[in-house]
Amino acid sequence: MNAVTPATLYLVTAILLILIGLAGVLVRRNILKMVLGFALADTGINLLIATLGSNPERTAPILDKPELLANPSLVVDPIPQALVLTAIVIGLGVTALMLAYVIRLYALRQSLDIRDFGRLKW
Amino acid sequence: MKQILSVVLLLAMGWFLVGLVPLGQPTEPGRVAQHYIDNGIDENRGANLVTSVIVNYRGFDTLGEVTVLFLSVAGAGFVLRRRDGLVRHEHRPSSEILQTGARMLFAPIVVFGAYIFVHGHLSPGGGFQGGAVIASAVMLLLLADRSHHLPHGLMHWLESMAGFGYVMAGVAGLVVAGSFLSNQGVLPLGTWNRLFSAGIIPIIYILVGLKVGTELSSLLDVMIDTGRPARQEGGRS
Repeated sequence: MNAVTPATLYLVTAILLILIGLAGVLVRRNILKMVLGFALADTGINLLIATLGSNPERTAPILDKPELLANPSLVVDPIPQALVLTAIVIGLGVTALMLAYVIRLYALRQSLDIRDFGRLKW
Repeated sequence: MKQILSVVLLLAMGWFLVGLVPLGQPTEPGRVAQHYIDNGIDENRGANLVTSVIVNYRGFDTLGEVTVLFLSVAGAGFVLRRRDGLVRHEHRPSSEILQTGARMLFAPIVVFGAYIFVHGHLSPGGGFQGGAVIASAVMLLLLADRSHHLPHGLMHWLESMAGFGYVMAGVAGLVVAGSFLSNQGVLPLGTWNRLFSAGIIPIIYILVGLKVGTELSSLLDVMIDTGRPARQEGGRS
């Protein structure tokens, strides 16, 4: 691995994003920042999947030119991109639901500190 | 102690991820993907293979995805329904320029979103992206004018009809071709790379775009609504 390719850079960024997001979830005490951590990890996972399906020698899986139609092996795998599209939408829904819970929790205790919500802890 | 545990956990996770990922090696399409690439045009006639995969090959999955989005929006609405204990702010009305500008930009952004989801089978984009663009236009309107209320009856009707239409398109495939959401023989497939092509794929993606747009707009409305003073005339339940 002498030359750093863009794909390698994307993979490293994606792994870093996932780890930073999880670190935020584990270490932070502010619930809003924990939600942000989840969203960050989500983005990292999406980037990871999209990069795994990429190939510098191939182009996007949209066969809108005659030369691509004649030689479809010039395009990348469409499945990771479709899965990432699904994952982005689900991630959005999950983040929205978490934010709604945060609004509700704040209304309950007037606080965003996770230590104030320890009643279910054993 | 907890911090050390977190760091150890993260290091283990990072080591696992780095070992899992083939660094610097491009991947070739697998057997299923190769089938989609080779036969996608013949089977669906849609230029955008990602759209073919999402709406046709994995159409059932997308129906579930739309349901998940609906459930999360409904859950958020349910959680924020009772407004006791929520902090209410009296907002200063925003300036005339901001309100007029937002109202002027609203229509072009909605048209752009509609363009994105109508052309989902030809170019990058589709129902989810177009719906999100439409929701961003609604968000602009709601943020510029906090007293603005969305027409809830119309939104719920559109959303229900879009979801119903999606299922009906699937049932049409079941009746005509014998499998749910099938694209064979329901509508003529048309010519490659034309707007009227790809059978039921554009129809379904337009319905998905409407559904996602109205759902995300309702979600934004519910979230912004929590900061508003309660409405005088009874309001919503």
